[in-house]
Amino acid sequence: MYGNDVIDPNEPLNAAETGAYDAAAAHEDQREAIGSDFDALIAADQRIEPRDAMPDTYRETLIRQIAQHAHSEIIGMQPEGNWITRAPSLRRKAILIAKVQDEAGHGLYLYSAAETLGVDRQELLDRLHDGKQKYSSIFNYPTLTWADCGAIGWLVDGAAIMNQVPLCRCSYGPYARAMIRVCKEESFHQRQGFEILWTLMRGTEAQQAMAQDAADRWWWPALAMFGPPDTGEAAKGGHTEQSMAWGIKRFSNDDLRQKFVDMMVPQAEKLGIVLPDPHLRWNEERGHYDFGEIDWDEFWQVLRGDGPCNAERIEHRRRAHDEGAWVREAANAYAAKQTIRENEKESAA
Amino acid sequence: MSTMRNESLPGAAENTGAAPGDKPYAGYLLGLADDAMVYAQRLGEWMTNAPQIEEDMALGNIALDLLGQARGLYPYIGSIDGSGRGEDDYAMQRDERDWRNVHLVEQERGDFADEMARLLWFSAYQVELHTALTGSGDDVVAGVAGKALKEVRYHLDHASLWVVRLGDGTEESHRRMQAALDRVLPYVAELFDDDEASVLAVDRGAGVLPSSLHDRVEGRVAAVVAQATLTLPDGSRWRSRGGRSGIHSRPMGYLLAEMQHIARSHPGATW
Repeated sequence: MYGNDVIDPNEPLNAAETGAYDAAAAHEDQREAIGSDFDALIAADQRIEPRDAMPDTYRETLIRQIAQHAHSEIIGMQPEGNWITRAPSLRRKAILIAKVQDEAGHGLYLYSAAETLGVDRQELLDRLHDGKQKYSSIFNYPTLTWADCGAIGWLVDGAAIMNQVPLCRCSYGPYARAMIRVCKEESFHQRQGFEILWTLMRGTEAQQAMAQDAADRWWWPALAMFGPPDTGEAAKGGHTEQSMAWGIKRFSNDDLRQKFVDMMVPQAEKLGIVLPDPHLRWNEERGHYDFGEIDWDEFWQVLRGDGPCNAERIEHRRRAHDEGAWVREAANAYAAKQTIRENEKESAA
Repeated sequence: MSTMRNESLPGAAENTGAAPGDKPYAGYLLGLADDAMVYAQRLGEWMTNAPQIEEDMALGNIALDLLGQARGLYPYIGSIDGSGRGEDDYAMQRDERDWRNVHLVEQERGDFADEMARLLWFSAYQVELHTALTGSGDDVVAGVAGKALKEVRYHLDHASLWVVRLGDGTEESHRRMQAALDRVLPYVAELFDDDEASVLAVDRGAGVLPSSLHDRVEGRVAAVVAQATLTLPDGSRWRSRGGRSGIHSRPMGYLLAEMQHIARSHPGATW
């Protein structure tokens, strides 16, 4: 119906399936020659490790960024978790459970990476629950139909991978290593999202309409995931410049967004999905796709808390956490009792 | 194995299945598959709702294992009952009266103690069940049981650790865990009812008599409960029955409505 009716498994669908990932994940350790001086390590593109001395602002920037990333994984479990009980086939149900599980796992690696910087998970979760730390605004949009599980995998995970592949080269070692693993798993997620939409687009009229509707709703929020413009005039005053100097950020928001658009447009064509942007066209001169203006007013509105699901996401997270408080307290109390019992056994022996 | 009578039946040893159209045997296997399927559905509800992130993952894992057990059986059942149905036909297209699971697994999700009480009983039952079924004269069933046994031992371990932690944790967790054990009890006896299908499955050397598992399952649960400083409640005035003949409790219809509605809204669609 739409050209090839098979998905070529060798064709890269996301940035983690390209050479960019291999290049970013490859790391040559020269610390022995360079030592542990922060500036020297940064200048030589080497990794900073937890015990190295580092500027407070570097530490704070990383805590903020890694925590926000961890929170995004945990909050990001909800939009798809919402579909586990309703997945339309057992195969899809199994994949979805595994995917939401992966997201929980990513959250855990990332909280652990943040803990190497001297904060603990509980403190970070409290900040999330109190609204003091953010998560990716994309998860404040609702998942209205089954096709949204496809669109999230294809577009949202695709955009996340585009952002995260350069982070495999992040100057902070634990974060870089977490990203190397996370990107590989995200790549499966993106592929399964594409495959959900592929199947829908080759299904009934109602299924095709469902897939198109999901792409219509997720395309612009996915582009906004790269953050506000940060090149040219917009570069002044933002975080980008400092983060680039520290080797935390490697490409501007605008560069990554362009790469994402360039990668997704041909995929949309293969799917048979029309992306909801009348200005989308190939620009021979630039060697890139031109695309329309993102609605940054909406972006800021959702970021401020006034999105369709902001209140719901945090409320859900807080409720699960509060309802589980007695369980965590019991586990701690039991562990404490066990320690006392073991000590008594030892002193008796 | 005392509960498997395959030695006494001529021809049972080479029996690796059944003639197409064998509805009673299919009904027995459906009981095994539906228990796993429905409990997987309930456990899936915990994801994003668990007391800690590790537990979201653990309960998701158990749900995946159970889902895998059901998926391993459904197509085989389709070959036995002569319908040729696949996994989604069984999961998505059957009405409530055609499901063969016990009431225990269809009950609504309660608090975390309720889930651990249910998981303790169900996984202890599954450990004994699959231990017995690894000796089934039906190679497919023995194969599914062999794989499942490794999984359900972990489930039992997971539930046991939590029941002990909660029972021997704080005053509140002790109270909640005891209340959960009390609440789950009326749904336990049904696991051990010998319905006609299970008796026939035993006769053909393929199944296991549920009542024969009771004492060992209860022994496993009792040991955990004692370690948790809790009490195994006495029998209750009423108990659930009828799941194996398609008589279900109120939550089952809602569970199916949620699980099946997308699939049923698009007849003939593939996903």
